[in-house]
Amino acid sequence: MWHIEREGLGRLIRLLADRGYRVIGPTVRDDAIVLEEIEGLEDLPAGVREVQGPGSYRLERSNDGRLFDWAHGPDAGKRFLFPPRERLTEIRRDREGMRVGPAPEEDDRPLALLGLRSCDLHAIAVQDRVFMGLDERYRRRRERAVLIGVNCAVPGGTCFCVSMGTGPRCTSGFDLALTELADGFALEVGSRVGQELRDALGARPASEDERAEVDAIATAAAERMGRTLDVSDMPTLLYRNREHPRWREVAERCLACTNCTMVCPTCFCHDVVDDVSLSGDVATRSREWASCFSAEYSWAAGVVVRESHAARYRQWLTHKFASWIDQFGVSGCVGCGRCITWCPVGIDVTEEIAAIRATDGAVEVRTA
Amino acid sequence: MNVRSRPRVAVFKMASCDGCQLQILDAEDALLELAGAIEIVNFAEASSDLRPGPYDITLVEGSVSTPEQEAQIREIREASRILITIGACATAGGIQALRNATGRLEEFVRTVYPTPEYVRTLEDSHPVADHVPVDLELTGCPIDRGELLHALASLLAGAKPRVSTSPVCLECKRRGAVCVVVAKGEPCLGPVTRTGCGAICPRFGRGCYGCFGPAQAPGNAEALGRRFIELGLRPKEAADRFRFITGWAPAFREAAARLEEVER
Repeated sequence: MWHIEREGLGRLIRLLADRGYRVIGPTVRDDAIVLEEIEGLEDLPAGVREVQGPGSYRLERSNDGRLFDWAHGPDAGKRFLFPPRERLTEIRRDREGMRVGPAPEEDDRPLALLGLRSCDLHAIAVQDRVFMGLDERYRRRRERAVLIGVNCAVPGGTCFCVSMGTGPRCTSGFDLALTELADGFALEVGSRVGQELRDALGARPASEDERAEVDAIATAAAERMGRTLDVSDMPTLLYRNREHPRWREVAERCLACTNCTMVCPTCFCHDVVDDVSLSGDVATRSREWASCFSAEYSWAAGVVVRESHAARYRQWLTHKFASWIDQFGVSGCVGCGRCITWCPVGIDVTEEIAAIRATDGAVEVRTA
Repeated sequence: MNVRSRPRVAVFKMASCDGCQLQILDAEDALLELAGAIEIVNFAEASSDLRPGPYDITLVEGSVSTPEQEAQIREIREASRILITIGACATAGGIQALRNATGRLEEFVRTVYPTPEYVRTLEDSHPVADHVPVDLELTGCPIDRGELLHALASLLAGAKPRVSTSPVCLECKRRGAVCVVVAKGEPCLGPVTRTGCGAICPRFGRGCYGCFGPAQAPGNAEALGRRFIELGLRPKEAADRFRFITGWAPAFREAAARLEEVER
């Protein structure tokens, strides 16, 4: 473990920018901490706290100048590694004929993602399983990216990474991991790239006290989870409860608005759409984030295969917590709790799964 | 819905404010390309050279609100291969549908117009599709120019236009807008309103007021209204959020009625 002064983080941001990286980090915009391109320490959310609950997110200010005493806003690494809308192919027709080719990247600088939480790093590892072998554009962005984690000191009210085994301490998937201390940052190195950055920053070895402080922060954070979730007996718990009455009950509140799937850092569903110019000379094929809560997304062979909100909610939750394990070998949930916070009506996945577990095996009885 | 090259296009209006037609005239960069791709043969807002049908594609703005318009829309349908209705009035009856089912038409006419005896109007304002078959509906107040151009370009290429039925939230999140319901406790119709506008209101920090009309079926506008009540609106106020520009659209109309029940 190593140590840099508080200003060392500013130097890291500039160093990455000088090396041609597009540095993405947390900053305050529109009453939330979002991830955007940053230029220096002054862009970070100094003295900002979050209060998160089901369907509610509020910022609070303090004057202590601490940069990372919050959990996460709506954004995760997904927004940058798997952009919400991306042109894939361009087709042009002119006198010489038709040319088909890949659409260029809108911003081809390699990414440096700073401020990712342990849950976010795990989420990237989950999306790697989905995209790396199949998707050249994702793979290229991912292989060139530098990932800089920051250990959580203050988890949010909807966090349950301890239950999912994905946090709060960064243990894998990072080039560098930081822990905010009173006089700077403890620095852990996770890769060769991280090692080079550490050397360039001139970090000194951390003292025994500093190491102990990092351990204490991680231990305290683990005890401050806003939520817990029992994931024993997955995937079969949800498979055998596919006719549970709870699905219909949650559907009475569910708006099928897609927010849970949009903020989920592992949800990867997308649509591929075509556009053509009025002249008919230019056509583009694009990919855009889509959702299992959209009727048009469950349109297959001439029908919407999941017509009710109950069917769509069941599909999402069962895929995320159960069939994802069969499909990719890991749970699709990293316990970040974003789906709980950013649901406009505050539907809580931990509450829904607990309710099904509490009445395991119940089936809906319909009376005429 | 394939059409021949450089189709004859007409644009008509019924009861409306002309704002959707202006989306065509304001198409700026696309205007020249548009003029090259289609032949506009009847568009009173743009030119007094009005030629008779038949038309390959007809765009209709406005609701059916007078007896004359009832007859006019049938003639337009007869003369048109592809009929596209544009805007909240043509697709949901518009703001003028606030009078519908109130039983107070005469009172409204007397209050609003200095010489009410000149006003001859239907009891209710209707979307065009209540009177004639419509091939494509583009909602919004006004419509989104990008959606219209996409629809025309697709038809010219012989493809089916893609008009999403997903909610505004999907586009809000794609564009990185912060949710105003969650982060500010502000009532927003985005979760149950059809996307197409580019999430313009939430991107400027205010709640969606539903001008693109209800999103996909089955919808759950009532549950959103119940959330508004939790956020501090009275049930009547929550109901009134749905009784606006697209308030006559069945999903919003029914949700408003049920929310008002709570008040009683």
